[in-house]
Amino acid sequence: MPDFLLEIGCEEIPARMIDAASLELRDRLSALLQRERLDPAGEISHLDTPRRLAVLASGIPASQPDITEQVNGPSAQVAYKDGQPTPAAHAFAKKVGVDVGKLEKVSTPKGEYLAATVKRKGRTAAEILAETLPKEISSLYWPKAMYWRKRGEVFVRPVRWLVAMLDEQVVPVELFGIAAGKTSRGHRIIGSKAGSETGSVAVSKPSAYVEALRGAKVLGVAEREQLIRKALDARTRTIPGARWREDKPLVASVVNLTEFPSVILGSFDPEFLDLPEEVLVTVMRDHQKYFAIEDANRKLLPHFLAVLNTAADSDGLIRHGNERVLRARFNDARFFWQTDQKQTLRQRVDLLRNVTFQKDLGSYYDKTMRVQHMASWLSETVKQSGMAVRPGVVHKAALLAKTDLTTELVKEFTELQGIVGALYARVQQFDEDMRPDVQLAISRAIYDHYKPESMEDSVPATVEGAVLSIADKADSIAGMFALGLIPSGSKDPFALRRQANGIVKTIAEKKLPFHLSEIMADARGRYQGSEAEKKFSNAAYAESVRSFFRERLEFYLKDARGYAYDVVSAVLAVDADDVVDAAARAEAVKNVRGSADFESISSAFKRMKNILRQAAEKTKIVSLRVDPACLQEESEKKLAALIPQTVATVDKLRAAHDYEAALREIASLRPAIDKFFDQVMVMVDDDNLRANRLALLQTVVKEFSTIADFSEIVTEGKESTK
Amino acid sequence: MNSLKSNSPTFQQLILKLQTFFAERGAVIQQPYDVEVGAGTMAPETFLRVLGPNPYKVAYVQPSRRPADGRYGENPNRLFKHLQLQVILKPPPENVQDLYLESLGAIGIDLRQHDIKFEEDNWESPTLGAWGIGWQVMLDGLEVTQFTYFQQCGGVDLDPISVELTYGLERLCAFLQDVDSIYDIVWARDPETGKQVKYGEVRLADEQQFSVYNFEAADVQSTWKHFELCEDECKKLIERYSALTKDKSEGDGNDVVREKARFPLLGAYDLCLKCSHYFNILDARGAISVTERVGVIARVRALAVGIAKAWMDQQHSTGKKTDSDRAAKPAAKEKKGKLAPVG
Repeated sequence: MPDFLLEIGCEEIPARMIDAASLELRDRLSALLQRERLDPAGEISHLDTPRRLAVLASGIPASQPDITEQVNGPSAQVAYKDGQPTPAAHAFAKKVGVDVGKLEKVSTPKGEYLAATVKRKGRTAAEILAETLPKEISSLYWPKAMYWRKRGEVFVRPVRWLVAMLDEQVVPVELFGIAAGKTSRGHRIIGSKAGSETGSVAVSKPSAYVEALRGAKVLGVAEREQLIRKALDARTRTIPGARWREDKPLVASVVNLTEFPSVILGSFDPEFLDLPEEVLVTVMRDHQKYFAIEDANRKLLPHFLAVLNTAADSDGLIRHGNERVLRARFNDARFFWQTDQKQTLRQRVDLLRNVTFQKDLGSYYDKTMRVQHMASWLSETVKQSGMAVRPGVVHKAALLAKTDLTTELVKEFTELQGIVGALYARVQQFDEDMRPDVQLAISRAIYDHYKPESMEDSVPATVEGAVLSIADKADSIAGMFALGLIPSGSKDPFALRRQANGIVKTIAEKKLPFHLSEIMADARGRYQGSEAEKKFSNAAYAESVRSFFRERLEFYLKDARGYAYDVVSAVLAVDADDVVDAAARAEAVKNVRGSADFESISSAFKRMKNILRQAAEKTKIVSLRVDPACLQEESEKKLAALIPQTVATVDKLRAAHDYEAALREIASLRPAIDKFFDQVMVMVDDDNLRANRLALLQTVVKEFSTIADFSEIVTEGKESTK
Repeated sequence: MNSLKSNSPTFQQLILKLQTFFAERGAVIQQPYDVEVGAGTMAPETFLRVLGPNPYKVAYVQPSRRPADGRYGENPNRLFKHLQLQVILKPPPENVQDLYLESLGAIGIDLRQHDIKFEEDNWESPTLGAWGIGWQVMLDGLEVTQFTYFQQCGGVDLDPISVELTYGLERLCAFLQDVDSIYDIVWARDPETGKQVKYGEVRLADEQQFSVYNFEAADVQSTWKHFELCEDECKKLIERYSALTKDKSEGDGNDVVREKARFPLLGAYDLCLKCSHYFNILDARGAISVTERVGVIARVRALAVGIAKAWMDQQHSTGKKTDSDRAAKPAAKEKKGKLAPVG
């Protein structure tokens, strides 16, 4: 069975897109082969570089297997008249390509029908692939695509060559005006000997492809990564006690920027180490794609590692060039740092009037004023709850938090927003009588106020930072929601989900005494009377914010904390406003849910709710309260008697936030409830009796659903009673 | 390294070599456009040429003014006005990347001794209603060229597309000469005496004085007034052109065609460029408030988009007439003269 090779030769594909496209191409080929009954005997492997996506399927059938199938035709009654075939029979025979005489009859439940056994010849793999691959290739998803020949014909970058082969044979695929052949291309520069222009690589057969490319200085992804890591290690070892900073995204990026990588070690003037490490690392990593090197104490060393897309730097020219670029970048950073000191952060507050926050929401100055007020209110709330917080720190940090947006350093390195402000807040002279520890706390709060930037990121280290972070994010969400800019589906241009996740996570992990609805109402209130408010259009603000945050809290509890979905549903059905409380209740439910009593109680609650719902549907009356005189059976009397004392205990435990004990207390009702359902029929004909029993169930459900709605708990079909 | 430096080109040799390279490949070598622009893309040789179906190849140096980037001549890597070598290849040849790499060879870079990468970098200009897809070309870690496949310009989908190559001449030359400050670049060297003229001697005063002007001295009120005058006149021209299109039905059809052909859209475009420049000065001056900013950009874009649309129409209607009417209407043809980059 022949091997199949497809190589799409392309101008440099963006590094961030290669892995996903490669995977999709393999999936598409695999699905295509399966659909066409051409499943490969071996693996589907791949080789991707910036200039190519290649897939190799080893051992696919040269053609589809032939199929013999029975095709049914008209009924025998219609097909024959007086034993002679009618025009209907002839037409059918013609259609299936069988002699009329060779038609068969089959009996079906509907009677006897004409049939023919048809042999269909399998088509060749080459034919099928040539026909179907263009569509598969054109359908690949790209985050951003372009056209270069004609409008409507798009790919990530111009495709310049195609290789499509079944063993030694070309598969005549044609796409983007290119006919596939057997010629690939090697590395742009070192793929061929100096002086030879072509750079083309003849591929004799698919199984020789990988080696042919290796000869032309092109390696596969796994090999490149291995080579890069080994070279990073080797270069680093030349400096005693040093190690390179592991950085998986950066490794992935340089792997996909190279076809034949090597690594050089460069150095910079140790004087630059006076600049903050954050600045140095950002320049190296984000702007130059260099790896930073540190000593055993994680202190930065004046060296870097650069990954090249060529075999060697024998004359040191490349190292020299890279060092020169880095020096210029560092000089820039230092220049910006010094220039920025000409104006203090305090002086920059006014400049924020010229920085747009959002076109309808005004400037960052406006935002700063709102956030400052809100953060002060939040820190008061924290203080009143008995937690330690320094409102003065919050107040000052909120005022200065966004001022770094006006600095040269942040204009140049936007990813350092917050960090730069914090660094400046640390070194600049504030009020003369400010204690150094207070200044440090202000700096810390500014440093952290964009945190957490993802679910994995840590929350602000201090309460002051947490309060500022929450106020800042709440203000953004409130403004956008009030404008009606609500995230939907994949559309979330202002990353409001991420910001809301940040609020939820911060409240939960810092155990802050905030209610989401109160925060968001306050944030909305801060826009009162502003220019922005005139543009507000969302009349259902409170409701849309509420359901948005409920989803975020659900996401947090499930995905970040790992609670089962039914536990989360049960807990949030009661309340989704107090994050800390919801998390505590989820923890308690998780801990008791395995017990037999709790399982059984959950089933019982489901049953009670069903009965109550059915009663409501049939408009049966439920008494306002349980009338002890109306209680007949022993078991219902007992249950009714148990309720007040259990409620009292549960309430006490709940008030003490001992949810687990409260749940166990509720679960202790199990024998009484089981007996009740064993012995008592609720939906009896007697109106009074029924109304009273429904009232009893209603009381149980109401009084004991204050921690979680047990009916949401999945109980694996086990019923407590029959 | 010294070998690189000793035979490295002067700044002007670098320009001459690149121009020669593209001249030898059939490009028109244009001269810099003489209205202030922020980038070579804004010169009509790019902005208008990439519109419509006519093939074109052009290369030119374009001084590019960005008032907010000025640093009073104190920063070794930043300039208020830098020089770009701008190349437009329409339509792009299939081997356009190879052609580009050859141009590096032409200025003395042996690629076998260097590390070259094409890293994703897409380009967008909201003011021009233009965007493209491409790369920043990294040479030993230094971005030396912006390589863009234009997709849209003035809000018009391009057909065919063009490739735009923008060489940052100062940084490229500083790299070749291995100097750390732009101001130390050797601009010219007297072949007889060996006397060198440095970039700083030629341009430092520019940088100092224009930084002062743009950041401190420019009169905000009159700059606003200039902006509004240019905008107003430009708008009126665009409106007059579109009125011509609507009046088609009345009078002699040939008259309309003639009127269209000689209509000064190029003049309108200059006014649009001036608006863009005044906006940049006001921005550097810190005179544009938050609420104004987005609006002002939109105003300039409206001009650019209006001109692009009119230009497409003008090319279309005059293009059809050109051959048959050439003999009959020499005057109209003459009018466009040398200034007009019309094919």
